[in-house]
Amino acid sequence: MIDTIRARGQLLCGVSTGLAGFAQPNSQGVWAGFDVDYCRAVAIAIFGTEQNRVRYVPTTAQVRFTALQSGEVDMLSRNTTWTLSRDTSLGLDFTATNFYDGQGFMVKRSLGVTAARQLDGATICVQPGTTTEQNLADWARSVRVNIRPVVIERLEDNIAAYLAGRCDAYTTDVSGLAASRSAQQVPADHVILPDVISKEPLGVLVRHGDQRFADLVRWVHFGLLAAEEFGITAENAAGLATTDNRPEVQRILGRTGGLGQMMGVDNAWMLNVIRTLGNYGEISTRNLAPLGLQRGPNALWTTPGGLQYAPPFR
Amino acid sequence: MSDTAIDPRYGTKPPKRPLRLSWGDERVRGIVYQILVVGIVGSIAYWLFSNTMHNLEVRRIATGWGFLEREAGLPIAEFLIPYDPTDTYLRALQVGVLNTLKVAVIGIVLATILGTILGVLKLSKNWLVSRVVGAYIEIVRDLPLLLQLLFWYALLQGLPGPRQAIHPATGVFLSNRGLKLPFFEWEGPHNWALLLMLIGAVGTYFYRRAARAKQMADGQPRAIWPAATVMMLVVPLGAWYAMGAPFTPDIPALRGFNFQGGLTVSPEFFALLLGLTLYTAGFIAEIVRAGILSVSQGQWEAAEALGLPRGRVMNLVVLPQALRVIIPPMTSQFLNITKNSSLAVAIGYQDIVSIANTTLNQTGQAIEGIAIIMVVYLTISLSISLFMNWYNSKIALVER
Ligand SMILES: N[C@@H](CCC(=O)N[C@@H](CS)C(=O)NCC(=O)O)C(=O)O
Repeated sequence: MIDTIRARGQLLCGVSTGLAGFAQPNSQGVWAGFDVDYCRAVAIAIFGTEQNRVRYVPTTAQVRFTALQSGEVDMLSRNTTWTLSRDTSLGLDFTATNFYDGQGFMVKRSLGVTAARQLDGATICVQPGTTTEQNLADWARSVRVNIRPVVIERLEDNIAAYLAGRCDAYTTDVSGLAASRSAQQVPADHVILPDVISKEPLGVLVRHGDQRFADLVRWVHFGLLAAEEFGITAENAAGLATTDNRPEVQRILGRTGGLGQMMGVDNAWMLNVIRTLGNYGEISTRNLAPLGLQRGPNALWTTPGGLQYAPPFR
Repeated sequence: MSDTAIDPRYGTKPPKRPLRLSWGDERVRGIVYQILVVGIVGSIAYWLFSNTMHNLEVRRIATGWGFLEREAGLPIAEFLIPYDPTDTYLRALQVGVLNTLKVAVIGIVLATILGTILGVLKLSKNWLVSRVVGAYIEIVRDLPLLLQLLFWYALLQGLPGPRQAIHPATGVFLSNRGLKLPFFEWEGPHNWALLLMLIGAVGTYFYRRAARAKQMADGQPRAIWPAATVMMLVVPLGAWYAMGAPFTPDIPALRGFNFQGGLTVSPEFFALLLGLTLYTAGFIAEIVRAGILSVSQGQWEAAEALGLPRGRVMNLVVLPQALRVIIPPMTSQFLNITKNSSLAVAIGYQDIVSIANTTLNQTGQAIEGIAIIMVVYLTISLSISLFMNWYNSKIALVER
């Protein structure tokens, strides 16, 4: 797979159709966001640069798995939840959890709802082909709340229906709620309810069967975490690569150890990635802080409550 | 009429010449070629199939139909048969098929009625009427259907919220949650009454045929309506009455977030029905217009010379003849409505495509999911074609 990508000269990366902070083209048509940075990171690890090396393929929740299965994309970096059935029956593999999330609800402030339980009898907008719709049904059943679903495929049509008042509430991952909320003219008119009804570990997927490529994608994520842990940033990475004498830092930045070679890429793979994109914390702050998202469980394990943990680089 | 008698030419077989086992024999060559072709096509099909199965296995993509028995867990907004997310995928798919049929059948009926009216109006001698209708036909046919659906859906979403609903009569509410209508609680006896009514309708059809036949014989017209009323109204109502005459009105009322009770026409269904009907009616209007124009002017003149008013000339003389030109292209419009209803997914109406897509996404079984969609559309389309062909041959035969 890595060779195929190299021969093609481009990484085909499946992203969402447009979700602020995660994957959205800016006014010049340049894609940006947390999920997009993972596409860029993998491209840099393979090519040493990302210039014209990534082609972004927007996918709806409904078609994303087929796009990856059929080879239309090489990897899927698109707020996708790791579940047992997806991991085992789709012929796909999750590499790692790069964002710990959970499902929530958003309502208009004017509705006066403060907790999810008060949504009894409400109409709720939801995207099909997601864990979201299944969790919604599960949740309604277990807390004995009656809900009416409105199931619309495209994210923007979903939001439009919610804004028009077709639905009383909109439900998806809390990060997605924050993204959609931040895109509204007056974000303060919408409240994200405090209830979180599910676990949504989001991560990058690749096709089952190419372990080398899966390894690379997984370790790029760990590299970003390790960089944050050791204080390697976009700004100081090049300097540290020659001056830092902590052994693990030297291995991450490719001065010793030959770790890149073991993965089939250049030894400066992580140096190039960090130099361009920064570490996990920098990627997170750049893309997600503007949405008002706290690090929470996505802080490093060294912070209380943090879950992000990289195995050793050796 | 000779359509039941067997043509004597088909009764006898041509004399059989014994096969010569030689390449020179044309029939032997024919047989060999046929075996070869069938063999090649068969092996290609087999290769495709086993290759696919092998690849799915290698890539660890689940296969088989076992998933149909598993709990779907999908929320579905509208269903004609009882459905709950704890039901199986099979049930969810059945709900989807019925939702497709619901919008297709009602759409076909409405588009035919509207299209016929428009087609006739386009030929109107009134300049304004024919121009307005002409402009309408042009516009709906030129704009992509998806755009029209999204337009109608956005328009329906623009209606006031449930609290400010338009409320023209008791129990009738129009809001961005759809149209709410009063109804009554549906109970067992209502099923029986409905069944009797259907039987009555069939009975009326045969009664009418018999009456027509007698009229042909003795020239006496016979009234159908007394028998029709008895069979379709009096008997069902009587049965309902005998079973205790259950009737509990079910009037929608605003409770909490939404209206409870009564009948609902959802904005999703309504937008889809409206879009499909208005769009297809444009095409049907053109077909009807062409059909009417295909009937020669002489027919009009002859009928008018008999003193028939224009409206009756149209109904009794022109339309029946135009139908023969109209029916075949009409079939493809009916097929189009059915197939276009799959755009439903864009506006949140859960038809078979929407539900099968979600199923294949959740289970990963894309091939099975697509196969289900294909079989469903093929079945519906073939049924429509068969029915229309039957109808076509029926009206074609009424030539005396
Ligand atoms: N994490 C859930 C939901 C993922 C999902 O599709 N979320 C929506 C709402 S945040 C989304 O990203 N839509 C973007 C799109 O359709 O382009 C899953 O994996 O099923």
